[in-house]
Amino acid sequence: MLETRSLSMHFGGVVAVNRVDFSLRENELRCLIGPNGAGKSTFFKCLTAQLRPTSGEVVIRDFNVSGSESHQVARMGVGIKTQVPNLFDGLDVEENIWLSASQSASLKRSRVITSEVIERLQLGDVRKSQLGSLAHGQRQLVELGMVLAGEPWLVILDEPTAGMTQEEVIRTAEIIREINKSATMIVVEHDMQFIRMIARKVTVFHQGQILLEGDMDEVSADARVREVYLGHRKTS
Amino acid sequence: MKRSREINSLISIGIVGLIILFGAPLSLDLFSVISLTTAISLAILALSLGLIWGFGGILCFGQTAFFGIGGYAYAIAALNFGGSTGAIIAAVLVAAAAAAILGYFMFYGRLSDVYLAVITLTVTLILYSVIRRTSGPEYKIGIAKLGGFNGINVPPINYPWDATQFLYPEHVFYVAMVALLLAYFLCVWLTKSHFGRVCVSIRENEVRTELLGYDIRFYKLCMFTVGGAIAGLGGIMFANSIGRITPDVFNLYNAALAIIWVIIGGRGTLIGPVFGALILFYLTSFLGRQAVVNINLFLGLVLIVFVLVVPKGIVPSLVELWDRRKSRRMTARSARRMRRRGRSRVKEVQVED
Ligand SMILES: Nc1ncnc2c1ncn2[C@@H]1O[C@H](COP(=O)(O)OP(=O)(O)OP(=O)(O)O)[C@@H](O)[C@H]1O
Ligand SMILES: [Mg+2]
Repeated sequence: MLETRSLSMHFGGVVAVNRVDFSLRENELRCLIGPNGAGKSTFFKCLTAQLRPTSGEVVIRDFNVSGSESHQVARMGVGIKTQVPNLFDGLDVEENIWLSASQSASLKRSRVITSEVIERLQLGDVRKSQLGSLAHGQRQLVELGMVLAGEPWLVILDEPTAGMTQEEVIRTAEIIREINKSATMIVVEHDMQFIRMIARKVTVFHQGQILLEGDMDEVSADARVREVYLGHRKTS
Repeated sequence: MKRSREINSLISIGIVGLIILFGAPLSLDLFSVISLTTAISLAILALSLGLIWGFGGILCFGQTAFFGIGGYAYAIAALNFGGSTGAIIAAVLVAAAAAAILGYFMFYGRLSDVYLAVITLTVTLILYSVIRRTSGPEYKIGIAKLGGFNGINVPPINYPWDATQFLYPEHVFYVAMVALLLAYFLCVWLTKSHFGRVCVSIRENEVRTELLGYDIRFYKLCMFTVGGAIAGLGGIMFANSIGRITPDVFNLYNAALAIIWVIIGGRGTLIGPVFGALILFYLTSFLGRQAVVNINLFLGLVLIVFVLVVPKGIVPSLVELWDRRKSRRMTARSARRMRRRGRSRVKEVQVED
């Protein structure tokens, strides 16, 4: 359903993504891991047309992403959450989620979706609070809510649990598993514990290339992965 | 609660507007009515900038370009058409089209905010210097001579059904005030609509809005075009109140003035810029008559004071002050009530004893 063919992204001399062939089946939940600077976010930005790849292409359900605009990708029904929190800080929680819902749904329906999402994420207490005044973990949750409110069939998340408390991480894992019931997902993550909670299949990135693809157990048993990623994490 | 307060303030604005509309010509002398008409035309310009800057995040440093284009287009069209009704419509459309064309290149070219400000200012200044050089009789559109720095004498508005019957200045005032009220409530409606709320979200975070699936270029272009049309309407009223349109509308002073109105009145509100324009118009014309201080110096000082002391502008600061006083009064009242209740409970306890 989603496929990249020999996808490369260069920044001047830096090769952030190097000839990556990646494919994703319908209803899959795929985790992308890899050490800092492995090129995960760059890959993510190519998938969502925030960056135009240097070469190669990205195809989502027969739609050629490379060469289009990111709003077109989103409009297809792709829910996107970036690594850096991207929210409307001056607006309240309700408005943030409503803006996402009303992009595709009718005004009446989007009000319903908004209340549903707020209830589902237990954000009722802060529904009228400005985003700028919320704690980091809650902001992440609202951003997840914005993704949900778009009722996407493909969801791409870049580090959804960064800066969350343990409790929030567990809740996020639950939410992600639930989203996965109706949508295909790609989740970029660092937190191995979290990945264990959600993942079936894992893709390991290293120096802009796919090092390995397989089950969580397979991946964590692999010597190369331990060296570049797990070992790296332990020392850092 | 918040919603009802918004409605209340809109109703009050409407009532004040109607009082001015009907009261001003009755209570003021002719000269004052004419200068009020000028002030209102500037307020319409301020409103247009308040809309696109405050609600679309588009800092247009040359909003006067569309104001001037509106004024010139009206003058040229009215002379050629031999009547004002079609000329007003044509002038608004020309101003909107100018904004749409400029906006298309800026937004679809994904210019950054700084370049946008510079380019819009440059466009105004280019218009200023080009039109100043059109004094010769060979520069004309139809029968309308552009007149260089002397500008064009503007034919007054006439009754739609009789092109020979011109409006008196008092009646031009009515038209201008109605135009301001209509434009204001159009802007209110726009900012409350789905379109307007998406524009606010663009102001807050462009990347996010785009990743939600909105084509931000298109939204900005629409906002900018509406702003251009409203500014053009202001220009038409300005030309009518003065009776003449000159290239000075395009100069740097006026371009900066529009920005100052919005900063002083309050960005992010619609009534703020309108107030800002009215207050500064009367303040500068008062100071101009006194001729004791240099007006430019004064404006500079006002701007600095506002940016440093009242960065939000007059209207938002007043609202905040009002809210704070109200909440203090509320807490005082509820504290009193609590105390009273506490005392009565003490009494009850004593009775039980
Ligand atoms: N806009 C850019 N300009 C230049 N270099 C960039 C840019 N974005 C990323 N890079 C470089 O590309 C490489 C990959 O970065 P990327 O952000 O994709 O890594 P990542 O795997 O997401 O890392 P992290 O786990 O820290 O988020 C890094 O070396 C980075 O410095
Ligand atoms: Mg990253």
